[in-house]
Amino acid sequence: MTLTKMTLAAALLGATTLGAQAADLRIALQSDADVLDPDQSRTFVGRIVYTSLCDKLVDITPDLEIIPQLATEWSFSEDGKQLTMKLRDDAVFHDGTPFDAEAVAANIDRSQNLETSRRKSELSSITGVEVLGSHEIRFDLADADATLMAQFADRAGMMVSPTAAEAAGDDFGLNPVCSGPYQFKERVAQDRIVLEKFADYYNADDFHFDTVTYLPIPDTTVRLANLQSGDVDMIERLAATDLAQAEGDDGINVESAVSLGYQGITINVANGEKGDNPWGNDKRLRQALSYAIDREAINQVVFNGAFAAGNQPFPPNSPWYSTDFPVPERDVEKAKELLAEAGFADGIDLEVQVPNTTIPLQLMQVVQSMAAEAGINISITSKEFATLLADQSAGDYQASQIGWSGRVDPDGNIHQFMTSDGGINDSKFSNPEVDELLNKARKSNDQDVRRESYTAARAILNEELPIVYLYHQTWIWALDAGLTGFTAYPDGMIRLDGVMKAEG
Amino acid sequence: MLSFILRRLVIAIPTIILISVFVFTLQKLLPGDPVLAMAGEERDPQVLEFLREKYRLNDPIPVQYFTWIGNALTGDLGISLRTNQPVLELIGEKLPVTIQLATMAMIFAMVIGIPAGIFSAVKKGTVTDYVANVVALSGLSIPNFWLGIMLILLVSVKWKLLPASGYVPLSEDPLRSITVMLMPAFVLGTALAATLMRHTRSAMLSVMSSDYVRTARAKGLVERKVILKHAFRNALTPIVTLTALLFGELIAGAVLTEQIFTIPGFGKLVVDAVFNRDYAVVQGIVLVTAVGFIFMNLLADVAYVLLNPRLRKQ
Amino acid sequence: MAQPATPITIDAESAADPVLSARPENRVWKKFRHHRSAMLGGVLVVFFCAIALLAPILPIPDPAATDWGAVRKAPSAAHWLGTDELGRDVLSRLIWGAQASLLAGVVSVAIALGLGVPLGIVAGYFGGWTDAVISRCTEALLAAPFLILAIALAAFLGPSLTNAMIAIGISATPVFIRLTRGQVLSVAAEDYVESARAIGLSTPRILRRYIFPNVLPPVLVQATLTVATAIIAEASLSFLGLGQQPPSPSWGSMLNTAKNFLNQAPWMALWPGIAIFLVVLGFNLLGDGLRDALDPREH
Repeated sequence: MTLTKMTLAAALLGATTLGAQAADLRIALQSDADVLDPDQSRTFVGRIVYTSLCDKLVDITPDLEIIPQLATEWSFSEDGKQLTMKLRDDAVFHDGTPFDAEAVAANIDRSQNLETSRRKSELSSITGVEVLGSHEIRFDLADADATLMAQFADRAGMMVSPTAAEAAGDDFGLNPVCSGPYQFKERVAQDRIVLEKFADYYNADDFHFDTVTYLPIPDTTVRLANLQSGDVDMIERLAATDLAQAEGDDGINVESAVSLGYQGITINVANGEKGDNPWGNDKRLRQALSYAIDREAINQVVFNGAFAAGNQPFPPNSPWYSTDFPVPERDVEKAKELLAEAGFADGIDLEVQVPNTTIPLQLMQVVQSMAAEAGINISITSKEFATLLADQSAGDYQASQIGWSGRVDPDGNIHQFMTSDGGINDSKFSNPEVDELLNKARKSNDQDVRRESYTAARAILNEELPIVYLYHQTWIWALDAGLTGFTAYPDGMIRLDGVMKAEG
Repeated sequence: MLSFILRRLVIAIPTIILISVFVFTLQKLLPGDPVLAMAGEERDPQVLEFLREKYRLNDPIPVQYFTWIGNALTGDLGISLRTNQPVLELIGEKLPVTIQLATMAMIFAMVIGIPAGIFSAVKKGTVTDYVANVVALSGLSIPNFWLGIMLILLVSVKWKLLPASGYVPLSEDPLRSITVMLMPAFVLGTALAATLMRHTRSAMLSVMSSDYVRTARAKGLVERKVILKHAFRNALTPIVTLTALLFGELIAGAVLTEQIFTIPGFGKLVVDAVFNRDYAVVQGIVLVTAVGFIFMNLLADVAYVLLNPRLRKQ
Repeated sequence: MAQPATPITIDAESAADPVLSARPENRVWKKFRHHRSAMLGGVLVVFFCAIALLAPILPIPDPAATDWGAVRKAPSAAHWLGTDELGRDVLSRLIWGAQASLLAGVVSVAIALGLGVPLGIVAGYFGGWTDAVISRCTEALLAAPFLILAIALAAFLGPSLTNAMIAIGISATPVFIRLTRGQVLSVAAEDYVESARAIGLSTPRILRRYIFPNVLPPVLVQATLTVATAIIAEASLSFLGLGQQPPSPSWGSMLNTAKNFLNQAPWMALWPGIAIFLVVLGFNLLGDGLRDALDPREH
């Protein structure tokens, strides 16, 4: 009797779930996000969560065109020193605070002045904000800034509720309030972050899940196993070596996009005493290292050919890639010649620090055996990432295997690394000509001028090689075959508009 | 009894102080700047300096220590540098997870280990005993993280029987909560089952050769009754004591198990915190664990006294 | 290296002593020899020590020789246990890895013994404030979970095999302090020590002749068992990336790498695990056998 009742209830329950839209979308992330405050945050996975939680002033297309999000239209003044923006008038924050020009002004102020804000350098060109109307705003810039719109397409452009931010201060991240399609529900550190649908979102119809749950699962095999067993609907950063298996599974679809970032070997050129060695002083050695490496073979061995070999801060499919300098073929003879010219015909040692995780170690071991054939004896010093970063920034290293997650605007991948005063120029490479070219590219809104500048800088940097670029990661998402409407973006974000779970 | 407990508590105080000093110093010696470690790609020197000031990382180490321990005494263990969550809240969030895991592992170990130990003792010297011993030692010898990986590979990836990772709170869905934790509990409990088996066996053996068991036998009691009613009951004291002691160890042993199965518990919290140089979290956890350990030890002693009628009278 | 021989040496040393020569050393060895599982343990341990030592002369491929054409290949005639993520021979790496793992086990226990036994003797024999300080410190260290302590220490020292050994050694020290201290306390109360003191033997002499030999058997048993624990601890640290660093192999670091390729190359994870299991089992059996053999009571 009770059993039939229960069966009946279960059947009814089943029917309702089928009738309505699938309730929960579960996404497995590679790691746990840090503090959920767009102004304080610094992790990649954090940005993935924000994509559904916090709308930005503008967004990008998969081809990196800037498109409207909270700002509907914008224009720069003739000299590029003023940016005027019109804003949506139907957007509202999760706490009911209306989104308007005042809110934008408050957000810029917070990003620039909150002591723990990590957005300061991204918005450093803004000297003043003028509210022109309820939904119109003007930014006054110290100088023309070609990167600004791209910054607005990322965390610096994320709008948080000024009311909530005011009330919470530094603790805003414990209960973030933005204006995105989903609002914050709960977070259990290292376990899950749950967002629920925000009914008042201006484009709510395009979002088809009641809740979105992000689960940090660091182990790639475990992540895939969870997808295969149906415990999650989508995983990010599928291991390249698992690609064949995922593609062979009928229940799984795979999407991918070459990332905006790079991986390479940064060589200490002039960062303290440790930069004063043949590797830092003689560019021929760095060139020899570059020639000794077979980048395509690295891609095949370590990543089953799923990534992209590279020799520049931008991947070869990027519009900013300088085609004048294609990925070089391996040339061991040339490498040996260069070593001999530099006075190291009998070989030379190089100590490279590497994060102590599988992929970087595997990568460096491949590089190690390639370089050995040219007479470069690489010794690998593996360090925990925290130590590696500290040593790198203190100049306590000879060479370091490290990468960059990449930015929408090309400036973000090169300026801070290669200019003399660059914030993360750990190589301490310094060349006035490169400074000038990169500053010029930063200030021009003319694409052709920028491209020319980058190419001219590349000509010098390819000679100097303070960073020997190796490859560009490909973002690989694996999705339950029942999910439709997902688009892969080169920024690695997961945008949920139009994503649906097929019924049945 | 009360004075016994009190005396033990007083002895525990210097131990706890020592461990707090020890952990704190060790933390400070760890290479890598916590603020920088946390910053990752975004290393604005101004912000880093502000954070160092804010978390008082620029103070002399003794000052830092006293600030920390002073706050800790008022129940404030600081906040996680990484997520801004209060450490106490994090611990409160993670502890139940690990306790559930440890309890399940303990139940598993007792269900397997104690009967196996009794059986082995009864069959002393036979092939059965010998095999049981080798199996138990094997259980002790398997690296549990490897066992975990292999189980994930077989049970989750190949056979798709149990989920490979995750955690569901007991309150949310008890059945699923237990299902998800079956494999990790098995992995964590294996070595413990072996330990319990061995200790049960030796406790049983020493009791069975004692006079009252011989008397019971002489009275003509059924062997089963002799073993369960007389021998086992008396062997129980050391087993219970041991169990209490091992429970603390289980919580520590969960470190790798949680890492393998992505269980958001205590162990995973501490390992991630060490790697992220999230000082406040590491300090808080070690302090709480140490206090817990000492408490479990005390509990074991009390249990020992309570279960042992002769000691109880004193 | 040959563990079973050690108790004999000790007894031979003290044979001249009328008090100690009463100890039934012959029976110990006899008991041990007839302890089948202990012999099995001995065989396992000797076998792994042998392959570790013979690694350079065994007809196996260079453990560091990469082969881009044979990356992650399943076991075959050419590579009996398959190849790893860089096309290296897993069998060869397993054999060379035995060196790291056994070394880690033995060296860390040596560190723990070197620190723990003297401290334990001092605490136990002299008592008073020295004892109080050492005991409190021991308890404090014991209250911090072994593996967490080892992880923190290894992270502090930086990832390398040597540092992992130091970290494990220090973490294992308190057990030896406590054990030695307890043993010393019980021995020091014995009549023959009392009388030795009464006839005016110097403290170092008493320690050397009476205390130390009596402390040794249980410490030796514990040491053998701790080698097993230490091998697992090294594997655990390497598994977390804090032990042996590539390209040199250790079983733990092989497992650490293997876990990324479980789907494609399960053999990479299988063999190192089995190797750890067998060698640890060997030490555990050996330790058990030693304990039974040295136990004055009959089981």
